[in-house]
Parts: sequence; C-alpha cells; structure tokens
Amino acid sequence: MLFKVMAKSSFEELVGLLLESNEVIGPRMKTRHPDGKGVHQFLPITAFADMDLDYEKSEYSPKTYFLPFKENLSTYRFQGGDWEQEIKYRIQPRAIVGMRACDINALVKLDKVLLKGDFPSPYYLARRKNTFIIGLDHDPCENGFCASVGSDIVSHGFDLFLTDLGDRYFVAIDSDRGYRVAANVEIRDPTEADNEAYVQTRNRIAKGFKVEVSIRNLPQILDLEFQSPVWKKWGDKCLSCGSCSAVCPTCYCYGVEEKVAMDFSESAKVKRLYSCNLYDFAMVAGGHNFRPSRESRLKYRYYHQHRGFVETYDEPKCVGCNRCGDVCLAGINPPEVITDLEKEAAR
Amino acid sequence: MSVILHPYDVRDELEIQKALDFNRRKQLKHVDKVHRAEITNVVELTEQEKLFHIRILDAQERERFSFLPGQFVMVELPGYGEVPISISSSSSQKGHIELCIRKAGLVTGLLHACKPKTPVGLRGPFGTHFPLGKMRGKNVLLIAGGLGLAPLRAPIYYVTENLGEFADAHIIYGAKRPKDLLFDYEYEEWRRIYGVKLDIIVEKPDEKWDGHVGLITQLLDGITFDANDTYAIVCGPPVMFKFVCNRLRDMGIPMQHMFVSLERRMHCGMGKCCRCNIGSTFTCIDGPVFDYWSVLNLKEAI
Ligand SMILES: Cc1cc2nc3c(=O)[nH]c(=O)nc-3n(C[C@H](O)[C@H](O)[C@H](O)COP(=O)(O)OP(=O)(O)OC[C@H]3O[C@@H](n4cnc5c(N)ncnc54)[C@H](O)[C@@H]3O)c2cc1C
Ligand code: SF4
Ligand code: SF4
Ligand code: FES
Repeated sequence: MLFKVMAKSSFEELVGLLLESNEVIGPRMKTRHPDGKGVHQFLPITAFADMDLDYEKSEYSPKTYFLPFKENLSTYRFQGGDWEQEIKYRIQPRAIVGMRACDINALVKLDKVLLKGDFPSPYYLARRKNTFIIGLDHDPCENGFCASVGSDIVSHGFDLFLTDLGDRYFVAIDSDRGYRVAANVEIRDPTEADNEAYVQTRNRIAKGFKVEVSIRNLPQILDLEFQSPVWKKWGDKCLSCGSCSAVCPTCYCYGVEEKVAMDFSESAKVKRLYSCNLYDFAMVAGGHNFRPSRESRLKYRYYHQHRGFVETYDEPKCVGCNRCGDVCLAGINPPEVITDLEKEAAR
Repeated sequence: MSVILHPYDVRDELEIQKALDFNRRKQLKHVDKVHRAEITNVVELTEQEKLFHIRILDAQERERFSFLPGQFVMVELPGYGEVPISISSSSSQKGHIELCIRKAGLVTGLLHACKPKTPVGLRGPFGTHFPLGKMRGKNVLLIAGGLGLAPLRAPIYYVTENLGEFADAHIIYGAKRPKDLLFDYEYEEWRRIYGVKLDIIVEKPDEKWDGHVGLITQLLDGITFDANDTYAIVCGPPVMFKFVCNRLRDMGIPMQHMFVSLERRMHCGMGKCCRCNIGSTFTCIDGPVFDYWSVLNLKEAI
C-alpha cells in the first residue's frame, strides 16, 4: 500500500475526470427521515455535487452493485423442442465513490466466500473487477458497532481510500490501477505533518464509537445458548420480512427461479437474493420445513453471522453497520440481541 | 484528458477457458453452465418413482464426467427449474448416469412426464461421497429405507463390483408396502452374487408377500458381525437412519464407521446459496454424506 496526499479540489477534479467516460456511483441524499436526517443511497451521479460525502451510512449497502437483488445467471433460447444456453457476465466498468470502511470490509468478506473457496463465482468476479472503488473515512455513525467487530479500519479491497484531513485527503492506494487513476491529478508524498494529522484523525474516529458490543466469547455463547429463551423472546417479535438481509452488506444467500418469456421463446434462470428469515428458506418438497419457527430462523441468521462464519474464516461475517437493526420494524438489532445472550450466558 | 476505466471480461481468464469440470472445485469456471444431456431411457419403478438414464451429449464432456458413490447432480429442465438428485448408477459406468426420481413437485413432476430424447441440463457432480476406500477388508452393511435405495444403489454397485476389497456385504432394505419396493427386478441378481446377503422387509404386506414383515431395525436383530471391523452406509429418512444408527451403535459399531446422506433444500450445490445450511455446515459441500458422529454434533441436524 502506498500513501499519498491530495488536495480536496484535486479529488473533485478526479471525480470529474472519471465522470467524463465512466459510470460513477456515489452517495446521494434522496429524501429525509421524519426526524430530518437524510436518507442516502448509492446511485449513479452526473456531477460531483450530486454526492453528499458527509453521509453517515446509506440505507441499503452498496453490495447491490456486486450482488444485485436480481441477476440473470443464464438464458435458455428455445427452438424446435431444443434449447441453447447463453451466459453473460458484466464487462462494463464503473466507479463507486465514497464507500465507508465497513462496506469495503463487507466486500472483503464476500470475496472470501465468493472467490477464494470452492466454486469461485465468475458473476461476482466480473462485477468486482469492473468496479473501481474510492473509499472515504468518516466519524462513526450513530449506532454502528463496526469497531467491536474489527471492521472500522480497512486495509485492502479498494483502489483508493481517503481520510479527510480538513483541506486535503490522506490517500491510501491499494492497486496499480488506483495509482494510475490518482496520477491524473496532483498528488504528493505525505509530510511528517500529514502523517501526524492522519494518526490524530484515526484516533478521533476510534474514540467516537458510542455502541460497543462484546463479541469475544460470542461463538461459544451461541453454542451454549442454542436452546436459550432469548431466541424465543426476539423470534416472537420477528415479522419474517427479510428486510434485515436485504440491507445487510454481507448477506449473500439466494434462491433461483426460472422466468419464461410470454411468447415461450426463451427463459431466464434468475438468481434472487433471499433471507434466511423468510418462511420457506429451508422448506423442501412435500412441505417439510427444517426451520418452521421464527425463532429458529432468526437464530440461524445470528448463528451464520457470528458462529458459522467465524469457524471458517476466524472473523464474524457481520461488519457492525447496524443496518439490519435500523430497518427492522420489530426493533430487532444485533447489539441488544447479543447483549441479551451474554447476560443469559452469565446467569 | 479523461480517465478511462478498462473493461474486464472474465472470459479472458485462462482458467475459465479450460474444459468445464465440476470436480475441479477451486478452478474458476462457468458455474451455471450445464452439460447438455438427454434422457435416453425411462424405467417405471413404482407409481411414484422412475429411473432415468441420462447421457451427456458432448463426447468429451461425457468422457470427462466422473463421480463417486454418494455424490449428486443438479438436473435442470430449462424454463422450469433445477433439482438436486443423487446418482443411482455405478461410478465405473461411462456413457450415462442413472437417476431414480420420486414425483414430489414441479420439476420432478415434469420429469415424470418426459420421454426419451428430452434434453435436460446437468451440473455436477457435487458433494461428498461414501468413503468406500476406508472400508477395505471390512464388513459392510448397506441399509436403505424407502427412497434411500436411490442413493444407496451407487455404493451397492461399488461393493458388488469390487467384492474382493471387502469382507462380507449385507444389503438390508425396508419399505412401507411391497408395491413401494424399488429396483425389485435387481434383487435376484444381488442375491446370487458371491458373498452378498440381501434382506428385505415391509411394514404392510399384501396377500402375495411371503418375506419379512415389520420395521427395518428388526432385520438387525438376527445378524452378527465383528462390530469393530464393520462399516455401515445408511440411507433413508432421518427417523429411519436415527433408529438404525442408534441400534448399530448399541451393537458396538463406532459412530464414525456409519455413514448417512442428508437432504436439505438446495439451489446451487456449490456452497453459495446457503439454503442447505445446517448450523454452520453446508450440506452440499461438507455433505450430503456425513458420518453419524458428525451428524449428532451438527446443531439442528435431526
Ligand atoms: C443431496 C440430495 C439428493 C437427492 N436425491 C434425490 C434422489 O435421488 N431422488 C429423488 O427423488 N429426490 C432426491 N432429492 C430430493 C429432490 O431434490 C426433491 O424432491 C426435489 O428438489 C423437488 O423439486 P420439485 O421441483 O419437484 O418440488 P417443488 O416442491 O416444486 O420444489 C421447489 C424448489 O424447492 C427445492 N427443493 C424442494 N425440495 C427439495 C429437497 N428435498 N431437496 C432439495 N431441494 C429441494 C428445489 O430446488 C425446487 O427448486 C435429493 C435432494 C438432495 C438435497
Ligand atoms: S427485519 Fe426484523 S422483522 Fe424483518 S425478518 Fe429481519 S429481524 Fe425479522
Ligand atoms: S448483520 Fe446487521 S449489523 Fe451486521 S453487517 Fe449485516 S446489517 Fe450490518
Ligand atoms: S445448495 Fe447452495 S449452499 Fe448448498
């Protein structure tokens, strides 16, 4: 990794240059919550000013550009009782500007699942490699607990990552193409003063977290509390709506359905992101459901985030953004659920 | 001066250009590309089950396709859907595979309406296999309940084709009614093979039935074996394999010497859709074949 420094005006210039010939996605304020807070989403921009870089977190995570809600896996063209299969991968590049550390860390976790293990996904790889990522640091969002799960600092998975030093950005460069793109505007090596300002900013951010969740013993606690009444307490509230997985930057599970064209000329095999909280997630032919109760499904979601993933990758799948807590109409959120489990285990 | 991001085409990767082989799990490949195949033969087994012979059309792909007993494939009827099915034929047989399919819903129902020459898509093989290599020189109990004979037929072939590698082989099969018995035309052949014993039991006999009547565990009462030198493969619904395995455990067979095949909902076969998860285990990657000890240690398994 290389470190450079870039004036804020140079960054604006850089985004302008990217906009001239590429699709650029950035955080835009779409509307306001009743309390006045902005509602932000990662959407295409046409000018630097379209972005609100001071956003706290986007409502949905930018994972949608890597794992779209719906994706065509293949198309079958029918003719004379036979068919041909056609598969397409994304080949158009684009840039995403302003991703937060937690959301980039979420991609790094998805990389592990979708690229590094068995059966790497060419669909995801195509989207990942066609996306130029410029990250941007920020003071902690109101109820995020990314520091508790080690996702507040990002060390790779991006092209450029910027930290705001007032009139300039401290720029971490993690790829050759990041270096080449950044070289189109004025950048310079950091001075002693820049380094010092960077460390101070990092310290300020690290101290800013209001929510702390203790996850050190969580994998064991989840095993011990597998039959805990805590699951019933929270499970009984769950509406099985699946919103939590939809907004989560690391939820990747899916279902596949085939969509036949009205004229029967072709059919698309479509992957649709799913949620383990939906009723039929584990239902099989004949109607047997391996997780018929809401508590068993909710428990499974926490189990995957904080136990299953840890077993394989030595880290939780959750990056602590608390989007699932924000979106949940039933008020189910990781800090409270995890704290309840801890209390139960300590009894 | 503007900045142009270069398009990346994953098809340019050398790895993905290699021949499609699902046995090379780590290799970057077209994971949703199917082997074009066709149904070459349909055998009616019972009212609910048919046996399908399926042949991959491309000669090279067909030659390259290989599997181990216990593995499954994803069978696709384009426009309708894709279902996981265990391979029921011999792993030494090249040319075609055989799938024993019960009519259970949309895709399996449509498959039952298919005639020879119907084109289907095939991905796989996926999953773990029965570790027959470990069972060298040992007695093997091959036990199935109901549709469990479908996944058991591949290891039965392996054992009967390689009898020299095993001590005794004992096939034990139970079904509800005589008319539910699968592959009834093959029993005579199995019985005549040197060193193979076959016992069949039904719960509800009809007038013509003159064999054993009762639950499958009853057949275990009469048998004797050196428990430490015996392995068991048990296929069937969870209640059935639980009773059988607990029984075998009480008879002294180590739980790690018993193998079962689990069933879960599956949409990918590749550890990506999470639909088949049991606790933190992927049934499609870490299973479907598990030893019984591991099954008991899986949270929410049975
Ligand atoms: C490893 C494995 C091996 C299997 N081997 C056999 C076999 O040899 N013979 C046989 O008859 N059946 C087998 N099954 C069960 C078979 O996959 C289901 O009966 C089939 O998927 C039902 O699909 P459907 O479209 O007919 O039913 P629907 O109820 O219409 O199914 C809708 C969807 O649910 C999924 N689904 C439903 N039930 C199951 C299930 N039990 N397992 C996985 N996915 C399911 C399918 O992907 C399908 O897309 C096996 C299942 C697994 C997991
Ligand atoms: S968002 Fe809340 S109510 Fe909806 S499925 Fe998730 S936990 Fe349940
Ligand atoms: S589980 Fe909730 S807090 Fe954790 S990454 Fe997903 S949305 Fe964010
Ligand atoms: S079938 Fe998709 S993860 Fe196992």
